[in-house]
This record gives sequence, C-alpha cells and structure tokens, in this order.
Amino acid sequence: MASIDISSLSVASAQDALRRGDFTSVELTQSVLDTIAAKDGAIGAYLTVDADGALAGAAEADARRRAGEDRDLLGIPVAMKDIFNVKGQPCTCASRILEGYVAPFDATVVARLRAEGAIPCGRVNMDEFAMGASTEHSAFQVTRNPVAPDRVPGGSSGGSAAAVAGGLALASLGTDTGGSIRQPASFCGCVGLKPSYGRVSRYGVTAFASSLDQVGPIARDVEDAAILLQAIAGADPHDQTCLDRPVPDYRAALAGASVEGLRIGVPKEYFVEGTDPQVMALVRAAIDKAAAAGARVEEISLPHTEYAIAVYYIVATAEASANLARFDGVRYGRREVGPDGSLQSLYDLSRTHGFGPEVKRRILLGTWVLSSGYYDAYYNRALKVRTLVRRDFEAAFAKVDAILCPVAPTPAFKLDSTVNDPLQAYLCDAFTVPANLAGLCGVSIPCGRTADLGLPVGLQILCPPFAEPTLLRTARAMEGLLK
Amino acid sequence: MKYLVNIGLETHVQLKTRTKMFCGCLLSTESEPNTNVCPVCLGLPGALPRANKEAVKFTVMSGLMLGCEIARHAEFARKNYFYPDMSKNYQISQSERPLCLGGSVEIHEGGVPSGAPKRVRINHIHLEEDAAKINHYARHSGVDYNRCGTPLMEIVGEPDLASPDEAMEYLQKLREILVYAGVSDCNLEDGNMRSDVNVSLRPEGSAKLGTKVEIKNMNTFKGIHAALEFEIARQTALLEAGGAVVQETRRWDGDLGETFSMRTKENAHDYRYFPEPDLLPVDLSEEQVEQWRKALPEAPEAKRARFQETLGLPAYDAGVLAAQKPLADFFEATLAAGAPAKLAANWIMGDLLRLLGAASLDVADLRTVTPASLAALLKLVDAKTVNGPTAKALLEEIFKKGGDPEAIVKERGLAQVADSGAIEALARQAIEANPKPAAEFRGGKAASLQFLVGQVMKLSKGKANPKLAAEALRKLLS
Repeated sequence: MASIDISSLSVASAQDALRRGDFTSVELTQSVLDTIAAKDGAIGAYLTVDADGALAGAAEADARRRAGEDRDLLGIPVAMKDIFNVKGQPCTCASRILEGYVAPFDATVVARLRAEGAIPCGRVNMDEFAMGASTEHSAFQVTRNPVAPDRVPGGSSGGSAAAVAGGLALASLGTDTGGSIRQPASFCGCVGLKPSYGRVSRYGVTAFASSLDQVGPIARDVEDAAILLQAIAGADPHDQTCLDRPVPDYRAALAGASVEGLRIGVPKEYFVEGTDPQVMALVRAAIDKAAAAGARVEEISLPHTEYAIAVYYIVATAEASANLARFDGVRYGRREVGPDGSLQSLYDLSRTHGFGPEVKRRILLGTWVLSSGYYDAYYNRALKVRTLVRRDFEAAFAKVDAILCPVAPTPAFKLDSTVNDPLQAYLCDAFTVPANLAGLCGVSIPCGRTADLGLPVGLQILCPPFAEPTLLRTARAMEGLLK
Repeated sequence: MKYLVNIGLETHVQLKTRTKMFCGCLLSTESEPNTNVCPVCLGLPGALPRANKEAVKFTVMSGLMLGCEIARHAEFARKNYFYPDMSKNYQISQSERPLCLGGSVEIHEGGVPSGAPKRVRINHIHLEEDAAKINHYARHSGVDYNRCGTPLMEIVGEPDLASPDEAMEYLQKLREILVYAGVSDCNLEDGNMRSDVNVSLRPEGSAKLGTKVEIKNMNTFKGIHAALEFEIARQTALLEAGGAVVQETRRWDGDLGETFSMRTKENAHDYRYFPEPDLLPVDLSEEQVEQWRKALPEAPEAKRARFQETLGLPAYDAGVLAAQKPLADFFEATLAAGAPAKLAANWIMGDLLRLLGAASLDVADLRTVTPASLAALLKLVDAKTVNGPTAKALLEEIFKKGGDPEAIVKERGLAQVADSGAIEALARQAIEANPKPAAEFRGGKAASLQFLVGQVMKLSKGKANPKLAAEALRKLLS
C-alpha cells in the first residue's frame, strides 16, 4: 500500500487526489494512522485512535465514491477533540471522572461529518473539560507544540491544533468557549475558526459554558476551514440555541477574495502594554499589508475590553458549575463510595478524585458567584457588562466590516510556566473572550513567526454574528497577502 | 388569645402532554423502570434540552382558566441541588420570569357551601420538570428515571386560606378547573397533583403574618388536612406557652400523624437560580395566547352560574351537573338534542347517576345511553306519551342494551293511554271488579282511590296515565 505524506496535505488537495483516484480513502486513512503511530509519541496529540473504526469508515467512503457519491469531505479522516460524543468511542473530556465512559450517541456535528463522508479517526487531547489555555490541564498526558516541543500547543483544543500542525491529521474539530480554537491555532501556526454563537449545534458536545461554547474547525488553510464549517453549520432540532438561519456557501464566498475596499477596524485596546512586542509587530505588519492592498484601515475603540476577562470568568464558571454537576458517580463515569456507603461520600469522593484542580477551581468560583447574597454583585452585574461588551462591537461593526487584532498577547509559552499562576493564565485570554461574550465569529490565521525563536503568531479577524462569509473572505485574502 | 391562621399552598401538577418536558420520551407510569429514558432526561454529557410546546400551551391554558396574566416573555432557569432524582443535579424551572402571574381561585369562606364567596390569590404559575422516582430497598436505593422530565406546573398560592377546610376546597376547586381544562388528570394516587403547604399563626387583630412553617410530603388531600390540623395545633400550643415558631421546613409523617423538623432557615438550600442558557426564552404572541384562550372550555364556576341563570336550575342541581366536565357535557348534549332542562337535570342526577353508580361506570365511558337517546326518551315523557314508570323501565333497558326509545315504544305499544274515553272504560271495569274499595272511597276513605288507580294501571298494562285514571275514578264514584 502506498504511503501518503500527509504532513502538509490539505483537505481540499486530498479530496482532489481521491477524486482523481491517486489514492483511496483506506490508503489515506492508513497513512494517517501510520503517521500517528510513528510521530505522535513525541507530540502527544491523540488520547485514543480508533484504527478499526476509521478503516471501516474509509472503506465505506470508498464504496460510496464508487457508487457515484462526491462530497468535499468524503473519505477524509478528521481528528476530534475529546469533548465530542462519537457513538461507541470513549468521551472523557480529558478528565478522570469520565474515564471509561463510552458515548452512546453521536453529537450532531459528528453525525453531519459522517453524512458528508468524513471519518472521525481519533480523539485528541484537551484541557480537562475545555478549561485551560495550554492543554496542560489534561488529566492524561502532555501535548507538546509541534513547532517547539518545549512549549505548549495552547488550549483548550491543544490536541486539535497539535495534530494538524504536527502533520498527524489533515484537519480537526475543536471547541471555543473563550479562545480555545483560535489561541491554539495561533500557537501552532494553523487556521482556527470559531463560528458565531448559534451557527453550529452544541448537541452532543460536552458543555463547559453553554452561552459561550461553539464548535469549529482547526485546519491547514482557510479553504479547509470553510469546507469543514460548511459540513457542520446549520439549525438542529436538538439544540434550540442553534439558530434556524440559512447556511451560505462558504467555499464559494472565498472566490476572488480581496481586502480592497474592505473597512478594517483596529481596536486600540488590543494594542496595549503587556503584549509581546514581536506579536504586536507581526500583527501590525499584517494590517499594513491589508492597507497596502486597498483596505480602509481605521482605529476603533472597544471601551469595555478591560472588563471582558472578569465577565468571562464569572459567566463561564457559573454555567460550568451547573453543567459539571451531572458528573456525580451516580449514573456513569468514575464512582467512588466511602466506607459509610453514604450518598454524600459518593459525591465527595467521586468528584474530589475525578476532577483536576483547574476544574475544581472553576466549579468553586462559579458556585460562589451564583450563591445567595453574591449573585447580584457578580453574576447579574457580569450579565450587564456582557451587554456593554456586545454593544461595543455593534457600534464598531456599524463602521467597519472586520476587526483585525492579535489572538493572544504572547506566542506559545513554555510547558509548566503558567499552571501555578491561574490568574496570569486567565489574563492571556483577554483578546479572545470578547468574541465569545458577543457571539461573534472569529478566526486565527498564521501571520508569521517571531524573529528570535521562530514561534508562530496568529492574526485574529473578527466579524459580526453570522457574517462568516465576510470573515472567511477576509481571512482568505489575508492568507494570500501573508504568504 | 385567639390566633388566626394563614395557609398558602404550592401545588405541583403533572401535565398530560404526550412527551416529556425537554425530550421526546413518552410519559408513562406503567413502563418498566428506566425504559422511557434518553440522553437528555438521563443527563448524559452533551445532551441538551428542548422545550415542549404543548406543556407551555397547557400552562398558559391553566393560567387563563385561573384568571392569570400571561407573560409575553418567559424564561427558564436552573435550580441547582444535588440529589439522584435529578439527573443533571439541577432542575430546569422558572424563577424570575414565569409563564403566568396573578390569578385566583374562588372558594367559600370556611370551606363550606353556605360561606360567602372568597378569592384565594395565586402569586404565579411556573413550568418545570419533575424529578425521578427513588425506590428504597433493604440495602440499596434505585432510581427510576421514567418520571424524570415529566412536565410539572407549579401553582404558587398566596397565604389567603384561613383553615384546613378552606385549603381542601381550594384544592378541590383547583383540581376541578385543571381537569376541566384538560391539562392534567390530577390523579392523586398517581401523584399527578402534589402540594407543599406553608402555615403561620397571628394573634387576632394583627395584620402582620406570623412566622411560617413549610410542610412537605403529603400524598393525599386528607394528609394535607391532617398535617395542617396537626401543625396549627402545634403552633397554637407553642405560642400559648409563650414560645416562638421557628421558620423551618417540616416533614409530615402520615403513619404517625405528626410533622418533624427537616431543616431550619439557616440550613435552607441555596438553589443558585440562574437563567438556563441551553433554552431560548419563551416569547408568546398576542395571537397565540388569543388562539389558546378561544379554545378554552368554560370554567366550572361560570358553567354553574349559567345553569342557574339561563336554564333556571336550582343551585344544587347546577353544582352537581357542573362538577365534572363529562357529566356537564352529557347534560348539555342532552339539552342540545331537545330535552327540557329541568327534566334532563332530574333524570341525569337521579336515575342515570344511580345506574352508573351501580355499574361502577364513568359517564365518559357510557356508550349505551347517549345524549340523543336520553333526549328522545325525555321528549316522550314531556309529551306524556309514556308515563313515569314506563320511562324508568325504558331507561334501564337502554342503559343495559342501548336502543332508540321511540322505536321501542312504537314496537311494543308502550304509549300511554291518555284517551279519556278508554280510561273511563277501564275505570268502570276496575270499580265493577272491586266493589269493596269503591264503597270505602265513597264512604270517605281517600286511600282506597290509590288501590283503584293501581287496578286501572294493571288493566291498561301500565300504559294508562295515572293522573287521568284518578280523575276518571273520582268522576265515576262521585
């Protein structure tokens, strides 16, 4: 069997090769499995690989193709963050509390990928329950940044980004609650797309913060991200928050992409002290290229940016405190009962030993901000400020088509450098959480590497809710300018 | 010192929708444990709720029947608590923005029919999901999630009730209205309707409510009455001894007939309510609410009043006929088929209910006697075509086997003899055959006439009009 080099193979070019008959899906999938076996030991992106299931899926895809089917994702293996329910596969969310849990149903996004012929080939690492920005909060293993192995891949979808950047997957799905797709994409040098809130179904995606979570692709280029978004977007009767709005043809939106005449806003609050000067310089340079290519660049203000982190860590933890309450040892997952056999001991021990420290920290924080006497001061006030953050963007998008800014204040940081300083780690989310609070769509595309260490830096593009065509067109044009 | 009682009820009513509140599982009390379950009601990772429109409709209909203001914008909220009966360890309920606000239930003061009308205010009605059923065994407990997620409507009453009897009437009225609206079976044995109560005492003359105590775990109306009586006596004794009532939640033990402290205010749950982010708010258009309002059945109280005012029925008759919707429907259908109101009321409340009772049959399940056949029979009675005893026998026959009364009367020649010539001939025959009673009547013994009437009836094979027979006999014997 021919071994295919997948290290820089895009979904679109793999599909072209499949269509031409250069190789079969079984051959492609086997190559992905072989590559994982050979190279993932050094990276640690995958938690589990479903080789048999993947090859069976590939054989089925080949049969569908022989029967005349032709789809953009037919026969393409896709790596899945360990947060998605895939029927018959484990779904641990990188947590001990779900060790051994096997999903009994497919998430809507998984069902849609399968319908398109894509193959969920393996489960990739993440911060436990998507809480973190380095994937170091996984209960099971460390994932290294393929570009710089002593550094984190970012998080929480760190496995998704590392798999794509490390040549261990053509593309992957992640989730983004406060930057968990865009930031690891930035750290690893991939394209990471967070769709608008309500664009993609959350059904079957283990919830972290329900009003912020969105599913999106991490891919090699903007076109692949558009192809994956096309497959997963659209209303779902199982998720009332997934809105019934038409799904445009995203790939078609890329044709002839240009920034000429595009109104670009540059928020001054995102270019402040504390941001790595190299990051700032690379993002500025990208914006200059856009201006040179005919974009009308103007400085804008998003005055409530400084409150976004506080609002985010109140809203997200409050929702998480309830969302994670179901992990109690009663029905599934880790179950540990004390010597007295009491219900309380079941709760206490299962959760104490099942959850890691970051998850516990957030559950406690969320429980606190909702508790009687503190609700108004924290949660209720946070909701009000969230509205102000949203209004900042509404006002900005009345003047500009897209916002360009950094994804994270730094490039990938070293392993073990933030785990003991949660507050510092939270502050690193400052440029990504506002998009989640406002329900915007956003993307991180590579915009160069730092001069000293050659670390990838991402450019963040933000557009109004449901303006994915503009977002993708802008991203595609910038991708061309930055090559 | 005399104390006045304030009782408030929080009544949970299971709605009889086809499926559960937030998933497509069927509602069923009969199924094997944990068979009507899915990822949503089991609280599996990744599962999301979706709101049942029929449950929203039923709650709004209940609100409309109870005179509530219907919220145009309602929201769901999460109520957090850890217990295995709630698979997610939070219950999806409503807090700040319930579906129905205000409203009231009309009762009689003192809970007796002679009492003056009294309005018991409702604070609000909200919609939530029921918990699972926990079964305790010798060495372990089991959770049956079939019930988990059943739509549950909570009617929160104001503490306007002054006695356990008033509480009983409130619950009966509430039940009557909800069964009428078709939103719940309100079957107490099946746990369709469960109430928590709060009760406080205040000295006569004081307007300020006393410290309230909540009582839980009553399964029957009787249990609620007993728990309230016990609690009022307990609090009265406490206050009279110079003590103070502690704000707390108490548990009713039906076997012992006592309440026991469960938790005090300091240990009260902090449910940490917050808006449910997995569900969109419920926004109801004016048209939608109007459409549901138009489909509402007439409220039992309104029906009662109409039966009295426009049909001229006595209060008692109107009360009996309006108490159950199927009976009221049967009555009204009988009228619509042409039966006179008072006659229909008498026959339904008398003979028909007696026959149903003897057969242990519900009027809703009655297939033999139909409103049409009863009306046909009553028209024959009204026109004096058949006499009373014949009609009674006919009803019994139709109740057993069904049939058309007119056809039976024609077929068997049961029409009453009302021809005065024919009756006079029979009367003469009766006098001739019974000279002794005839002589006694002539001699002033009035009772003998009844015997002779009976003889005329016998000769006519029951078909003579007894009134005309008596008249004919009197004339002949005068």
